Amino acid sequence: MANLKTTEKKTKAQSMGLHTEVLTGKTQQKFFNPDEAENFYYWGTYDVDFNKRTELDVNDMDCKEANKKIDELMSQGYGTIVIKNPQGKHSLGVGILNKLNLIFEGSLGYFGVGSIDGPTVRVNGRVGWSCAENMMAGKVVIEKNAGSCFGAAVRGGDLICKGSVGARTGIDQKGGTIIIGGDAGAFTGFMMQRGRIVVLGNVGINLGDSMYDGTIYVGGKIGSYGSDAIESPMTKSDIDWLKRKLKVAEIGENFDVSKMTKVVAGKKLWNYDALEPTEKKGAI
Amino acid sequence: MGSRYLFGLLAIRKIIGEKTMCGIAGLIHRGKSSNVGQELQGMLQALKHRGEDSTGYALYGDTDGQNFIMRFKVGENVGEGSSSVMEDVSVYDERKKIVDSYISQMGAKIVKEERTLPYSLRYEIDYDKGDLLEFSQKIESIPGVEILSMGKSLEVIKDLGNAKAVCDRYNLGDLVGTHAIGHARMATESGVDIKSAHPFWGYPFSDVSVVHNGQLTNYWNNRRILENKGMRFMSECDSELIAVYLAEKMRNGATLEEGMKDSLSGLDGVFTYFVATKNSLGMAKDTMAAKPLVLYESDDLVAMGSEEIAIRSVLPHEIDTYDPFDGEVKVWQI
Repeated sequence: MANLKTTEKKTKAQSMGLHTEVLTGKTQQKFFNPDEAENFYYWGTYDVDFNKRTELDVNDMDCKEANKKIDELMSQGYGTIVIKNPQGKHSLGVGILNKLNLIFEGSLGYFGVGSIDGPTVRVNGRVGWSCAENMMAGKVVIEKNAGSCFGAAVRGGDLICKGSVGARTGIDQKGGTIIIGGDAGAFTGFMMQRGRIVVLGNVGINLGDSMYDGTIYVGGKIGSYGSDAIESPMTKSDIDWLKRKLKVAEIGENFDVSKMTKVVAGKKLWNYDALEPTEKKGAI
Repeated sequence: MGSRYLFGLLAIRKIIGEKTMCGIAGLIHRGKSSNVGQELQGMLQALKHRGEDSTGYALYGDTDGQNFIMRFKVGENVGEGSSSVMEDVSVYDERKKIVDSYISQMGAKIVKEERTLPYSLRYEIDYDKGDLLEFSQKIESIPGVEILSMGKSLEVIKDLGNAKAVCDRYNLGDLVGTHAIGHARMATESGVDIKSAHPFWGYPFSDVSVVHNGQLTNYWNNRRILENKGMRFMSECDSELIAVYLAEKMRNGATLEEGMKDSLSGLDGVFTYFVATKNSLGMAKDTMAAKPLVLYESDDLVAMGSEEIAIRSVLPHEIDTYDPFDGEVKVWQI
């Protein structure tokens, strides 16, 4: 594996395993090689020390300044960063690709902690629309409520909201787990493709509308099912998984998961591959 | 291309996408009055990135309740960015003279007169007949004249520019009252002018106003039906339909809340809207929950807006907020 710090931009994408089109019309691909994992450098990441802690007051910063400051602190090795006074600002904590303890003392606006890959985030407040969109890995815990499109297109990791969420939770979800302690709005799991959604409370209308695959567990009442979503019997492995996951998420203590409703896709899409990306890596 | 750069582009795309919408805000103090003009200015200014073509306020001030307050315009703001045609100021003066004579003919008396701008006026009127439909039709029969609001508490002020610019232009910062709703507009469905700006008065009902975020897709169907029933439209802005729709329901005996619930099926499209009366403030969200709304509710204050930052401008300390669900209608009394 090439050292990405010294390679040209055009070869960086190939070296990171991204598909690259070339002008000759021929498609070249290079994929992640587990044999070279020790030499693999994830561009834009930092080695941080979780015991090195700092606080950052973003009251007088816009989101761009705040995110740049977080990046600077990570580059200095800070592994635990507490953000003070986020005041509902948008797009805070986005694009963090390394391990990090990130704590927000307050509420976030739209697109909070989007496109992350690895950090553990706790928001001691509420989050607006599209929280943790495109999250690849890590853990995000919201202590209060969340807006619509919570966990849109997440690919991996655990996303937990202890309160209630708006509409279209897990829209276009491609992996990972979303856990909701309260109620969820309409179109939960809309067009979801992989992964799992767990709602301990009630859900609104059109649950799992147009879902390709994945599983939704609901503890309360269901407003209505969407097209392609059907009930499926709970198995022992479902119950074991739910108990384990809720315990790790520190939510729903004493909740009887065996009485939850399991919802899956009722149709199989032509030539659809439901294998998780992480499972693909394991199969190499 | 670096992954961080790519993520940055994605975030920018998202913000730009979100910018193609308007922003709405509202608040109601229960059991007391406050400086609602200044508070709403702060909320709407926090939402200015959602649209700065025009900003509008519907303020419910503390009055003695004796006289009607009529806010009306005799022309358009033809400043930079306006889609209106330039007119000579003398035309405004001519229209004002006719308005004054018509008011006299209707048996009403102008108690107080303010001309904030050449095209924008505020009258306090002693009018005891109470039939605002006949009164309004008479005044608006003058070409170029539009009543922005009429009521014993409501004042609708709307003009081109962001919240602070409009607030400063009309000296709204000192207005004390119980509740208010407002709108920061990015013009998408109609022109950049005052007549298309929100809030819309619930003509011909005293003290009713509406602001809306979204798009209505059955505007023309509803408009034809309502015009055949004698309702009046002043603009081609789809949001005006909500005010007219609710007014028609109330004219036929429905309560405000009943009219709002009916609108969830009667109006097609995506919407979150606020409606206010002399004593109440309400919100409605479409059945797809496609438009944002964040709500804070306590015993003495309800504040809501398209984004949490609007609420933070009046409540900077940590508070509990939430998104109302799809098809939800709520009404609060002062």
